[in-house]
Amino acid sequence: MGGVPILSLMLLVPLVGAVLCLFAGDKAARAIALGATLIDLALGVVLWASFDIGGAQWQFTERAPIFAGFSWALGIDGIALMLIVLSVFLMPICILASQSIEKRVGEYMAAFLFMETLMIGVFAAQDLYLFYIFFEAGLIPMYLIIGIWGGQNRIYAAYKFFLYTLLGSVLMLIAMLWMVNEAGTTDIPTLMNYGFPPQAQTWLWLAFFASFAVKMPMWPVHTWLPDAHVQAPTAGSVILAGVLLKMGGYGFIRFSLPMFPEASAQLMWLIFALSMAAVVLTSLIALVQADMKKLIAYSSVAHMAIVTIGLFAFNVQGLEGAMIVMLSHGLVSGALFLCVGVIYDRLHTREIDRYGGLAINMPKYALFFMLFTMASIGLPGTSGFVGEFLSLAGIYQVSTWVTAVCATGIILGAAYMLYLYWRVAFGVQKNADAAAMPDLSAREWLMLAPIAAAVLWMGVYPESFLAPMRQDIQALNARVSVAAPAGDSRLKLGEPAPAHAAQEGAH
Amino acid sequence: MDLAASLALIVPEIILSLSGLVLLLVAAWAGDKASSAISIAACVVLGACFFLVAPSVCAGASGPDTVAFGGQFQADAFAGLAKLMIYAATGAALVVAPAFFSRIGAMRAEYPVLLLFAALGMSIMVSAGDLITLYIGLELNSLSAYVLAAFLRSDTRSAEAGLKYFVLGALASGILLFGMSLTYGFAGTTSFDGIMASHADGLSLGAIIGLVFVLAGLAFKISAVPFHMWTPDVYEGAPTPVTTFFASAPKVAAVALTARVAIEAFGGQAEAWRPIVIFAALASIVVGALGAIGQANIKRLLAYSSINNVGFILIGLAAATADGVSAMLVYLAIYVAMTVGSFVAVLMLRDEAGEPLEAITDLSGLSRTRPALALCLAIMMFSLAGIPPLFGFWGKFVVFQAAVRADLVALAFLGIAGSVIGAFYYIKIVKVMYFDEPADAVRGKSDWAHWALLAVSAIAVSPLGYLLTAWLGNLADGAAAALFLFA
Repeated sequence: MGGVPILSLMLLVPLVGAVLCLFAGDKAARAIALGATLIDLALGVVLWASFDIGGAQWQFTERAPIFAGFSWALGIDGIALMLIVLSVFLMPICILASQSIEKRVGEYMAAFLFMETLMIGVFAAQDLYLFYIFFEAGLIPMYLIIGIWGGQNRIYAAYKFFLYTLLGSVLMLIAMLWMVNEAGTTDIPTLMNYGFPPQAQTWLWLAFFASFAVKMPMWPVHTWLPDAHVQAPTAGSVILAGVLLKMGGYGFIRFSLPMFPEASAQLMWLIFALSMAAVVLTSLIALVQADMKKLIAYSSVAHMAIVTIGLFAFNVQGLEGAMIVMLSHGLVSGALFLCVGVIYDRLHTREIDRYGGLAINMPKYALFFMLFTMASIGLPGTSGFVGEFLSLAGIYQVSTWVTAVCATGIILGAAYMLYLYWRVAFGVQKNADAAAMPDLSAREWLMLAPIAAAVLWMGVYPESFLAPMRQDIQALNARVSVAAPAGDSRLKLGEPAPAHAAQEGAH
Repeated sequence: MDLAASLALIVPEIILSLSGLVLLLVAAWAGDKASSAISIAACVVLGACFFLVAPSVCAGASGPDTVAFGGQFQADAFAGLAKLMIYAATGAALVVAPAFFSRIGAMRAEYPVLLLFAALGMSIMVSAGDLITLYIGLELNSLSAYVLAAFLRSDTRSAEAGLKYFVLGALASGILLFGMSLTYGFAGTTSFDGIMASHADGLSLGAIIGLVFVLAGLAFKISAVPFHMWTPDVYEGAPTPVTTFFASAPKVAAVALTARVAIEAFGGQAEAWRPIVIFAALASIVVGALGAIGQANIKRLLAYSSINNVGFILIGLAAATADGVSAMLVYLAIYVAMTVGSFVAVLMLRDEAGEPLEAITDLSGLSRTRPALALCLAIMMFSLAGIPPLFGFWGKFVVFQAAVRADLVALAFLGIAGSVIGAFYYIKIVKVMYFDEPADAVRGKSDWAHWALLAVSAIAVSPLGYLLTAWLGNLADGAAAALFLFA
């Protein structure tokens, strides 16, 4: 890239924007935030366009040893690239979705822009400690976003979010300190190929697991998520579901699997057990929710469980599926939260019963909502199908039982999503105020249409998204294959039937 | 080493004592009218001492050239770095005082003089190479501190704080003296080198008891659990500028002194004192964190926070390595910035009449009425909680890194889990300022000096601080190496 430090630039733009927003008036802050996120989106497109597929594993690398003990090292592979693109894609949409925010706009926009810097930093960091700093720093803006602009029970939710994720992360820090002490480097690519002693791996894996499982979130440490989602403003939910949850999955794929392959295989049962529990239990919980955001939050936990089983399937399909589910879930759940936000802005309630028959007075809205509902279920042609199919195909090679249990998640997912859609969009218009709501405005079109396009694109031609990641996933698969478990299917080759054509010829 | 060389090494202390005496005469002669002139003079003196000490720190001075008076006094890089922090923190306590005292007509000329003598005492403490030097420095500092705590004579809380501090401080000094006498009895010498040499092949039971008493006395001075009881009361009762001072400079001095005694006098027997330090560290972290949760007064809360922080600092000492001591110094430097910043922010909380506000509920909704002040205080709180990217994280980071390198993974694990408990009350302050409805109690104007000091400390603990890590780390490594020369 001709020496332009594009990743640093992508970090710098929202950061400068955040500082400016703190001092700007309401209107100016909105403009600055939108401008900064759009610049970052443009940079993200440039990044994707100039990413050399099949080229070096780590591209756009920068390194400046300006700190004691660690350095400002950035660089991305295909996996990080896709997650960065997802982040910068969702950010301008979040800013647009925040038009309904009235109080303390400058600080709100500053918090979001700061958040964007940190998210990109997490995915681009090539230094272990730098990663930790970005990873952990996200607590501050999210705490403020939930606590200041959230709903009624926001303070409880903010505390819960903060303390849960902090406890998970500090254990990881100790593990990182130990690893750097052992391996003598903080460079992530080097550490990814370092062979830690297997006994130590178990402990290290568990420490990292403590952090990523909370971030992911996995059952049973998921309880902060519904609270945080319900209380966060719409844009906060989108970022939370769209990008922050991906940090957990990214952590597994970047750290747990390549750095501790033996421990990953050894503790695979733990992941499978928790994931199976998550798929079934949280889907059932989602079924009985009366609050739309809570329902979608629980469905997120179920989808993230599909990600974890895909990651720990120890084969290429599983890993590719997990990545696509992450990207797809980022788009789809973000879009669903936006859909909730659209009607929340009109009626100021998230209670499902207060709506009904919206397909009559809001047909365009109902169409988008339908598309995202189907994508969440995993209908072929949408992004959800590709990811879930690959994940389950991957895990089927390892364990039939896990596949069987997790596949019920798709059925249950269809149940709760269709049930939600039925109650909100179909039926009679039992509430007069809900029936009087106007259809989508131009701004809402601008928010939903790009996501819809991306969802369909990923569903119809996932190769665009898989191609940049393919080489990295294969490298990762090769790295973990030493510890890959044997499948339980025990396929036996049958006797090939005599060729029909040969018999014909004998006559 | 001849007398001239020895005198050359203690130039900063000579300047401090002479100027303290001269300013005392000026104060007696000119009265309280001259208090601002004396304050400025005291600041100049501290600044001069700062720049006199700085070269030795940058050069990483160590070895026989830094030893004065036959081992009684050591002007090495370790002492130098601690002195830099002490002078800076004392200067901050000088700068913040006039705005606080003059409003109630209590700005008396003794204040800067007492601070100078306290700074002198601390200088001697951190340079001590002998139990006697140690005790003289410690008492010079403590006596000044007792008077400072009771500086608002007409205020009963301040008088109570002074009395409590004196009684308990005297008890701690007694414990320390008892420990020192036992140590002397079993080692036959009061010099740190001599004590180290006499214990080359293990500690006798009596020497262990002496060691325990010495550590107990020092634990009182650094307010480590279980000798922390006085801290919240004294911090709350003392006038806020004095509390700013107590929480910063004497803490640096006492921690540095503890490190020196542990490493230089008992460094060969680290396994004898390590369990004690580990216990004090973990207990301080937990008690400091739990005790703070129920507090309604922000000064009391910051007192518990300082107990909590001492716990983290002691983890560096528990490592008993050069790494650990270097980590302690880095932590101390960051801690001083955070503490000064927090207390300055507290000083700026005044109501319309200019009365100081100390209740946490008065902070409600501060982010809307005074956004800049709230932002600075929030930065301090997140930093104290050790959340990156703020600089407070780095202090915890280096300390835990040292512990892990010394194979104390379990200690690091417990300590960091304890830091999560601590985070709870720090974010509670942020919650009160940012999430609650405005109480609009804070209306008073703030002094420009307060703003300047707050801005400097906020910038120091902001992510920009990381640019200093390499430089600070080098200084601290050099200082720590000086301590391990004899070990």
